[in-house]
Amino acid sequence: METKILSEHYHKPEFRALAGYKALGGYEMLAKALKMERQKIIDEVKASGLRGRGGAGFPTGVKWGFLPNNGEPRYLLCNADESEPGTFKDRKMIERAPHQLIEGMIISAYALGARKSYIYMRGEYTGPGRILRQAIDEAYAAGLLGGNILGSGFDLDLDLYMGAGAYICGEETGMISSLEGLKGQPKLKPPFPAVQGYLRKPTIVNNVETLASVVYVLRDGVAGYRAHGTEKSAGTKLFSVSGNVNRPGTYEVPLGYPLKDFIEQECGGLKPGRTLKAVVPGGSSAPVLTADEALRATLDYENLASLGSMLGSGAIIVIDDSNCMVDVLGTVSHFYWHESCGQCTPCREGTGWLHKIVDSILHGRGKPGDVDLLVKVADQMKGRTICALSDAAALPVISFVTKFRDEFEYYIREGRSKVTGKGPTDAQMHH
Amino acid sequence: MFQLSDEGKAFVKKQLARYEQKESAIIPSLYRVQDENGGWVSPEAIDHLSELMDIPASRIQEVMKFYTMFNQRPRGKYHVQVCTTLTCGMLGGRELCSFLMKEHGVKGPGEVSKDGKFSFSHVECLGSCDTAPVMQINREPYHESLTEEKALKILKELK
Repeated sequence: METKILSEHYHKPEFRALAGYKALGGYEMLAKALKMERQKIIDEVKASGLRGRGGAGFPTGVKWGFLPNNGEPRYLLCNADESEPGTFKDRKMIERAPHQLIEGMIISAYALGARKSYIYMRGEYTGPGRILRQAIDEAYAAGLLGGNILGSGFDLDLDLYMGAGAYICGEETGMISSLEGLKGQPKLKPPFPAVQGYLRKPTIVNNVETLASVVYVLRDGVAGYRAHGTEKSAGTKLFSVSGNVNRPGTYEVPLGYPLKDFIEQECGGLKPGRTLKAVVPGGSSAPVLTADEALRATLDYENLASLGSMLGSGAIIVIDDSNCMVDVLGTVSHFYWHESCGQCTPCREGTGWLHKIVDSILHGRGKPGDVDLLVKVADQMKGRTICALSDAAALPVISFVTKFRDEFEYYIREGRSKVTGKGPTDAQMHH
Repeated sequence: MFQLSDEGKAFVKKQLARYEQKESAIIPSLYRVQDENGGWVSPEAIDHLSELMDIPASRIQEVMKFYTMFNQRPRGKYHVQVCTTLTCGMLGGRELCSFLMKEHGVKGPGEVSKDGKFSFSHVECLGSCDTAPVMQINREPYHESLTEEKALKILKELK
């Protein structure tokens, strides 16, 4: 069963505008928060067990605790650069409830002592960007942003910054570089952004869903928030589901929910006559699960890690038996090759090699030994770079070729797909 | 010689004052230049922006080249960007792009149709996987849950 905390009112069109949001309880937690001690809010977020919903799953309250208490100006940045393939839940949230994010940001900025905040949104999101801009303007007009918010003496300026097409800007230091007017290349950590981030000032970067969740931590209290989910994976989470299911979309379930039930009930199961082949459980960077693994997985950080994969951004891609895994990996390896920022050699060169080898197999030019070569190249890309993109490119490749090795070997040997029986198509040749 | 309109120049000036440091104005200003220059950022446009912003052209150029949404070459009046990553790849995005190119007599991504109206490109995940396959035309909101017929009809209706 879905458990709708964040998404309770997403089906109501009026929830998008300020008046409708307020009528359904919106901004009540802001009024409450502005009367609270800042540290009390941080303590509650820490005790709630809320973990970053963008992909890394780092405990939000712990991240907030890294901010130095030195009186320097500090910034709160919202990461709305939703680009992990398979992920669209932040877009849905912003389209249906932009004020949820704004309220979460004002509360969080107040707790952290930030007086300037940006939402960094991927440039392609023109539609959601317009909705968010309008909501920010509404909030300013209503005195919820700007000077002396609700008479509390707290000032906050919030601006929307549109990126221009680069996956790597979803990495928090890449995002900071981009906001500073540079190429969106990640920076070496340490120093972590909490110590030296935007303009070398203390900066907290949180995902859209994470910041909106802060509202509900305050509303339901620590025990109420923890009533859903598991001990280490507290609360509910929005999942983006796509691929070969009858009802793709965004669903909110408690963490720890069985993936099998999720696919069969929330997603309406597979198309008639099809069987499950594989599931990517956390966006394209998450190693793929076989059908057997997927059917015993639960949707929480620990269980998916124990299966050698990850919850990531909560983007579930369901793959049925009509798909050729070589072809699926083809678009994924193309993605990382295209999106590597080029800064670190193992990633720049490695993503290129992975893409070239998979592509040559797909074009019927595969060689014996290519599967082992893919694993060897991928192994050399792990843990050697400034950011996690290199690992994110390497891990899915290793999982695809080891778990579906027969499909790769067949394609190399026969020059065509074991599943579809076809060789390279025009469409793939153009890719 | 490319020049921004007076409104365009005023927009850039406003961006220069909007952020903590003026380099943050590069991306929004590049969008403006691209919009006023028929959809791409020419070398002359970068020189113009450099002078207007008092930022070296090389700095503006490196930012422009880093981001996919800035076009470094002329493109059609309507630049059709079809998502081909993962779910869109599984559900026909690549085939859709090939079909649309063929229908418009275009051999491959980047080429502009003879009437100057269309160009096509494969783009990476647009974040609309539940309505795959999807496409974006210029910088407008997405067209979702596409079929060949539906996509063709959308392009036919563009003036």
